[in-house]
Amino acid sequence: MHTEILGVLVMYALVMLLAIPLGRYMGKVFNHESTWPDRLLAPLDGLFYRLSGIDPHRDMRWQEHLTALLVINMFWLIIAMLVLTNMAWLPLNPDGNPSMSGDLAFNTAVSFITNTNLQHYSGETALSYLGQLTLMLWQFISAATGMAICVTVFKAMRAQNEVRLGSFYRHFVLSATRVLLPLTVVMAVFLAFNGTPMTLEGKDTMITLQGDTVQVSRGPVAAFVAIKQLGTNGGGFYGPNSAHPLENPSYLTNMVENVAIFLIPVAMIFALGHLLRRRRLAWMVYGVMTLGFVLLLIPAIGFEMGGNPAIEQLGIGQPMGSMEGKEVRFGSAASANWAIYTTCTSNGSVNAMHDSMTPLTGLLTLLGMMINAFYGGIGVGFLNFYVFIILAVFISGLMVGRTPEFLGKKVEAKEMKIAMIIALLHPFLILAGTALAGYLYTHYPDSCGGWLSNPGFHGFSQMLYEFTSSSANNGSGFEGLGDNTPFWNIGCGIVMLLARYLPIIGPVAIAGILANKKFIPESSGTLKTDTSTFGFMVFAVIALVAALAFFPALTLGPIAEYFSIY
Amino acid sequence: MQQHIFPAIRLTLVCLVVFSGLYTAAIWGIAQATPNGGKGEVIVANGGVYYRNIAQNFTEDRYFSSRPSAVGYNAAGAGGSNKGPSNPDYLAEVAARVDTFLAHNPGVQRADIPSDLVTASGAGLDPHISVPAALVQVKRIAQQRQLAENTVRDLIRQHTETPLWGLFGPAKVHVLELNLTLDQRTR
Repeated sequence: MHTEILGVLVMYALVMLLAIPLGRYMGKVFNHESTWPDRLLAPLDGLFYRLSGIDPHRDMRWQEHLTALLVINMFWLIIAMLVLTNMAWLPLNPDGNPSMSGDLAFNTAVSFITNTNLQHYSGETALSYLGQLTLMLWQFISAATGMAICVTVFKAMRAQNEVRLGSFYRHFVLSATRVLLPLTVVMAVFLAFNGTPMTLEGKDTMITLQGDTVQVSRGPVAAFVAIKQLGTNGGGFYGPNSAHPLENPSYLTNMVENVAIFLIPVAMIFALGHLLRRRRLAWMVYGVMTLGFVLLLIPAIGFEMGGNPAIEQLGIGQPMGSMEGKEVRFGSAASANWAIYTTCTSNGSVNAMHDSMTPLTGLLTLLGMMINAFYGGIGVGFLNFYVFIILAVFISGLMVGRTPEFLGKKVEAKEMKIAMIIALLHPFLILAGTALAGYLYTHYPDSCGGWLSNPGFHGFSQMLYEFTSSSANNGSGFEGLGDNTPFWNIGCGIVMLLARYLPIIGPVAIAGILANKKFIPESSGTLKTDTSTFGFMVFAVIALVAALAFFPALTLGPIAEYFSIY
Repeated sequence: MQQHIFPAIRLTLVCLVVFSGLYTAAIWGIAQATPNGGKGEVIVANGGVYYRNIAQNFTEDRYFSSRPSAVGYNAAGAGGSNKGPSNPDYLAEVAARVDTFLAHNPGVQRADIPSDLVTASGAGLDPHISVPAALVQVKRIAQQRQLAENTVRDLIRQHTETPLWGLFGPAKVHVLELNLTLDQRTR
């Protein structure tokens, strides 16, 4: 069999092989059962609680979980801004890089605390090592935030007639010390032994074989890349992210980094099965997500391996497929594979330039982010999916003429309103943002005309992609967009903030309200939500709400471009 | 809300120490045991020290060419071209690269040029080319180095990196290693 295809298949096999046991372990951790790393890590947790003055056993109601989350996130935003605007004179700056401007620092700070990691800068030239290391902190704790609040929702889903949902801080600390830290250490060590730099020394000078003098950026890359991949973060150490041969030196590191993108989001589903003692429900969720993912993946690999027809017309060969913006050591199959992995989850790291992919691969990556619930970002991916479940429950209930119920709780008008607002927020932010950008681009050619690196349909796709990526808290980009301007920095910053916190608040509120309702035992008339029939219903709702909202915009961008060259 | 402010500040500081500080220090410490102490893999050969994973610009005809770089092989500011597949300027640029290649490689058929040799890589630092991209340069290298074409082909075969464990991913040729061997052969 083709070795490039075989590589892609084995990556997904590895995801499953690791995610199932990891999910069971995470389920135990968040159910506060004993696990084997307890002896090693329980003292570390204790230290976190003691030094922070937190009582991990104080139960919180759902409102308090949200307050705790928002307060600590606000504090992170302030520190991140302070560091980024003062890097120049702070220590650990061997390359003498400057501080960030206010608008760029706002964008970057928001981007990293919201787990987006959109980067309107290039790491080599815009950040000191202190800047990089604090950004790495947000990569850990923004992922832990998502995981922690998702566990809160899991606990609310299983609550029958009680309001005790555990402590947000305890969920957060366990996410960080029991899940993220051990995995990250293993992966960082692996990367360091496979060619990724891990040093605090600055640039090195190299004389090439032909005698040119070249500067080579280095840095604490291995530590950074591990959490970037595992935490669905995606903010690269270097500008071109994991396409950079120091950040991702070989096919082996590429496999590990690629598997790491999916690992925790997939494991989260199995943790749900363990926590709720409803394994069938977890498999239903897994089934719908996987179906969506595979439907995006297969055509993307086909298009990239098939090559660019406009290059074909030049009369040259494309034995490796479409190679602009791709690396030979990965090939086009593994590049397309990564592109879909990274956009289905809210990771946003790249190992090839999405801007240069064939038009419909661009469309498939956009769709992954527009739906944003096929596995999705750590924790928040499930929260998005939860909203779709609630919508599907409601629609199914109407179809069979019964009061809609989910896990023994009646879903009523208030929950439905919240679910609808959250489901429509994402299309609204993307389409309104793109429309505004399109207006400015056409009406103010003097100040905004330099934004796009490509003319025509593809130029429109660049703007659409940027807002989609911001609103999905993804962080990848059609990087040809000249995005370090006040409009893009502040516009995308606001979108990222709204698109992070509202879709957390909404599902937590729904789950919290449902948790407080009276439990109705299952009867023969109950709509079963752990069946494949209901799974298809959820899939139909996702296709209807998410995909159709975006179809007109996609027609103007990637679909029009497709017809112009095929 | 007030009761959450101090725990938030303290918890953040603890996280800062553990995740930015201790974690980084631990990985840095372990990395000291790697071959080049965590400073990146290097090749020491022919009196020079070269980063193994950083592509070099080879403009002279007696060397195998690397893939084009959108950033001029700048390893302190890497990046791709970010040109879309339908962009006319981009297509003209590729066409110009094809013409230049044909001018330097007389006797090569246009259809034999693989696209990786005339398209910019993702980071502009791709150290590899595909096997067809090496083979299409054989005629030129053999002429320049006064070697038999078969000898050059053998060298390529020796420097072809097979897919990972023979199973996964593409086969490829490391340009710098191949060129270093050429220099050793025909000094």
